[in-house]
Amino acid sequence: MKQFQGRVVVPGTVKAEALVSHGGFNTLASFQKSLMFGDKDATCSDQNNADLYNKPMHGKALCLPQTIGSTTGGMVFYCAAALSREPACLLFSKPIDSLAAAGVILADVWTDASMPTVDSLGDDFLEAVKTGMTVTIGEDGLVTVE
Amino acid sequence: MAMQLTAEQQHMLDGGKGEAFAKVMKTLVMYGETFGATEMVPVTSAKGHLVTSFGLSVMKPVYGLMDQLIEAGAISQQPFSVDPKPLDKNVPSNLLQNIFFKVMYSKQDDYDAQLKKLGIISDKSYTCTCYMDEVGNVPNKGDVLSWAESSAVVYANSVLGARCNRNSGILELFGSIAGCVPYFGLLTDEGRKATWIIEVKTSKKPEAQVLGSTIGMKVMEDVPYIKGLDAWIGTELNQDTRDFLKDMGAATASNGAVGLYHIENLTPEAVEQKEALIAENAQVYVIDDAELARVQASYPCIWKDQSAAPKLCFIGCPHLSVNQLHSWTQRLIDALKKQGRQKVAVPTVFTAAPGVLEVFEKTDDYQKLKKAGVVVSYICPLMYMNNPLCGKMPVITNSNKLRTYTSARYYTDAEILQRISGEVR
Repeated sequence: MKQFQGRVVVPGTVKAEALVSHGGFNTLASFQKSLMFGDKDATCSDQNNADLYNKPMHGKALCLPQTIGSTTGGMVFYCAAALSREPACLLFSKPIDSLAAAGVILADVWTDASMPTVDSLGDDFLEAVKTGMTVTIGEDGLVTVE
Repeated sequence: MAMQLTAEQQHMLDGGKGEAFAKVMKTLVMYGETFGATEMVPVTSAKGHLVTSFGLSVMKPVYGLMDQLIEAGAISQQPFSVDPKPLDKNVPSNLLQNIFFKVMYSKQDDYDAQLKKLGIISDKSYTCTCYMDEVGNVPNKGDVLSWAESSAVVYANSVLGARCNRNSGILELFGSIAGCVPYFGLLTDEGRKATWIIEVKTSKKPEAQVLGSTIGMKVMEDVPYIKGLDAWIGTELNQDTRDFLKDMGAATASNGAVGLYHIENLTPEAVEQKEALIAENAQVYVIDDAELARVQASYPCIWKDQSAAPKLCFIGCPHLSVNQLHSWTQRLIDALKKQGRQKVAVPTVFTAAPGVLEVFEKTDDYQKLKKAGVVVSYICPLMYMNNPLCGKMPVITNSNKLRTYTSARYYTDAEILQRISGEVR
């Protein structure tokens, strides 16, 4: 078991299975097919992301450095949340980027979905956490990986 | 430190103008506070630009949110342009693809009507290159913008010297509704300093789209200060240079998350401030021929049949300028002549803003293109490719942005020309 202290961007507690992207997470490319074709598992459609491609994202603890790509990214997170296809939580090793921040805040203010978000967990976090591990977020941004 | 709001901003946040305005301001405040902003600054550009141009049936939440805004009278304080439309009947598509388009974009007419209520400039305002003179949404140096289209944001920041964060879709509309944006990141002098030095050491002029991709993949969201490129593209911001920077910037923004770059001796802030723009302890990344080749070789091709003959070619993501339309026409006509062909070997679409097309369609080159079988369109190639029946086709492009988001296969300009002129299958 390892613990990492991050900064709370959107508060909330959750326990979920980790899904880890070591490279930048391209939000539009990842959710595009899921949003277009009603895939409730939110299977990742980003061909450039070998870590996540073809893996379901809904309900997972999505662990990532930051998001990249189209500036529709925040809107995509918002839609995923409004359509109940959002990850259980978002855990950023780096400070959150502006697109992801917009997305999780839009989801928080404008939908009933819960998508707790913690950033600045450090590079060690992404080295320690592996897809399939269990991740728990506490209220104070303390993330436990086991 | 919590955000310090003006009385008017606080009134909006407290619900004095209704719930929708309050949620708009709450979203902006939370967004700003996440990045340490302690104040809002006025949006000073004459016009806005929205990234969301498509009426996708599955994006219902967005249109529901727009309805909430319209009903509450929360519309943009600025007239705005919007990204390109997803549909154009002139672009080749078969019966099944057309049926799918109708289903996919069944909200298009409704969304177009929403955009009119929210403040779109005109029916001709659909393009990702709103900053072209023919479109007329050209920010001034120093203007504060509330835009989101990644290729337009990086162009406005870098080439025009305007100030805009890489906002998300919807957030940019919120800034235009509230008339203010949180002050952080690329709006600040500090945030515009380069934390990377890129040394371009190639033996020839690099392909704009590959260079941009290479830079974007390395620096991600950071600001690069690019040295050595002026040797290839000059020190004057003429139309050729602006076109190069448009395409390079779009690749930095889509293959990475770049919102601003500086080019030594060329872009406005680099000319004014020179190396004072470089932050302490900036990292260095050298790009030579081998590095560009390595990056280009890393692009995956997800066609089922890797050797399939291309069925369609898109040129113009981001949209082409008038200058680029002429240049491509001349190169294509010359290449076809060499092959003894009258028409292109691969159905080809050149895309540009409606205002740009209006100008181009009055020229002889337009007639030449038509005779060569090339379609010119205002369409968004990315939205076309999102149709799964189109996505299954072997489509080629010179756009690294289109490659990143779709199944389209990337080729350099020269390679594209070989294929559409029939020199190479």
